[in-house]
Amino acid sequence: MIRALMWLLAAILLGGVVHLSTVLALPQAAKEDAYSRLVALTPVNRVVPLPAPTADSTVMPFMDPAFAAAVCRYDLTGGSLKLIAPVSQAYTSVTFYTRNSVAYYAINDRAAGRRSIELDLMTPAQHAQVPEEEDVTAADRLIIESPSTRGLVVVRALAPEPGLMAAARGALARATCSIQPVQ
Amino acid sequence: MRLLFGSFFTLLIAAALGLGATWFTLTRGVAFGSLTVGAWTAWPKTGSVDIDPYARASIARSGELPTGVGDGISFYAHTDDAGQNFDGRCTFAISGMTPAARYWTVTLYDPEGRLVANTIDRHGFTSDEIVRDNDGRFSIAVAPLARPGNWLPTGGIEQFVLVWRLYDTPIGVATRTTKEGPMPAIVRKGCS
Repeated sequence: MIRALMWLLAAILLGGVVHLSTVLALPQAAKEDAYSRLVALTPVNRVVPLPAPTADSTVMPFMDPAFAAAVCRYDLTGGSLKLIAPVSQAYTSVTFYTRNSVAYYAINDRAAGRRSIELDLMTPAQHAQVPEEEDVTAADRLIIESPSTRGLVVVRALAPEPGLMAAARGALARATCSIQPVQ
Repeated sequence: MRLLFGSFFTLLIAAALGLGATWFTLTRGVAFGSLTVGAWTAWPKTGSVDIDPYARASIARSGELPTGVGDGISFYAHTDDAGQNFDGRCTFAISGMTPAARYWTVTLYDPEGRLVANTIDRHGFTSDEIVRDNDGRFSIAVAPLARPGNWLPTGGIEQFVLVWRLYDTPIGVATRTTKEGPMPAIVRKGCS
C-alpha cells in the first residue's frame, strides 16, 4: 500500500515536471505562431501590408478589423534596422515583437510626437557599438534594443470609420524598414 | 517485475498528468496578473516583456500577436455580467461607460478568433462611428437579427467572444481598481 502511494507520489511529481517543461518548451516548438504564419507572406526587412481579416480568412486570430496593418519581418544579422512609419490621420502605433511573439516595445503617434515615427532597431551588441556622442547628440533619434535577432515590427493605423480605411492603408504604404549596414 | 511495473505505471501517470495539465491551462487561457472589470478581463502583462510562461505558450499556440502596453489594452468577455455564456442565438445589450482612451474598438469573434460572417459585413464598432444619445451614452445590441441603432450581428453562431480594445489609454499594468476602468455592462435580453 505504502509502496503504491510512493509510486503515485513520484508520478505526480514527475507529472509536474512534464507540465512545466512542456509549457516552457512550447513557444520554441510552436509551428503556427505569428512569426511562422508570416514567413510565407512576408519578405525579410521590408514593410508589407497584411490582408485585412475577413470572416473567411485571417492571417492571425483576434486581429482588429478597424485597423490597417503592415508588418516588417526583421533579421538584424546584417546590421541595425531603420523604421520610418508616417502617422495617419487618426491613430498609428508601432509594436515590436520577438521571434516568439513577446511584445517588448510599443509606441504610438502621440508618444512619438511628430509626423512620422522614426526608430532605429538594433541588437544590444550593435547598440554598444554606436558612438556615445552620436547617441547623445541625436536626441530625436530613438534607439530600440531587440532582445532577439529576428522578430516582427507591426505598424497599425486606425480607420475610425470604414470609409477611412483606404486613407489608413495609404499611410501604411509609405512605411519603410531597411537595414543600415555596419560601418 | 514489480519495479518494472511500478515505474511503467508511474511514467504513464506522469505523462498523462503533465500533458493534461498543459493542455488544460493552454485551452482555458490561464495567465497571471489579470484585470477583471465586470464580465471583461484583460492581461496587461501579456503585452510586455513581463509576460508569464503560460501566456507565452498560449499565444505561441494560437498564433496571435498581443496588444503592446504602449499601444493599448484588450479586454475579453466570454459571458454576460450574470455569467451566462455568449450564445449567438440570444440578444445581449451592452451599455455604460468606457475608461479614458483616445480610441476604442469592440469586435465580435468566434472562439478561435475569426470574424463572423453576416449580411451587413459588420464585425464591430469604433468609438468614432458608434451612435450615441444626447448625453453621449451608447447602447449596442448584440443580436442575430437586425436591430435599430448600434446592431452588432452574431451570425447566429453557438458561441462568440467580444474584445474591447482601448488605444492610448492610462489603463494598464498599474491599474488596480475598477473605478479607473469602468467597463460597459452586458445584459442578456432573451433568446430566439
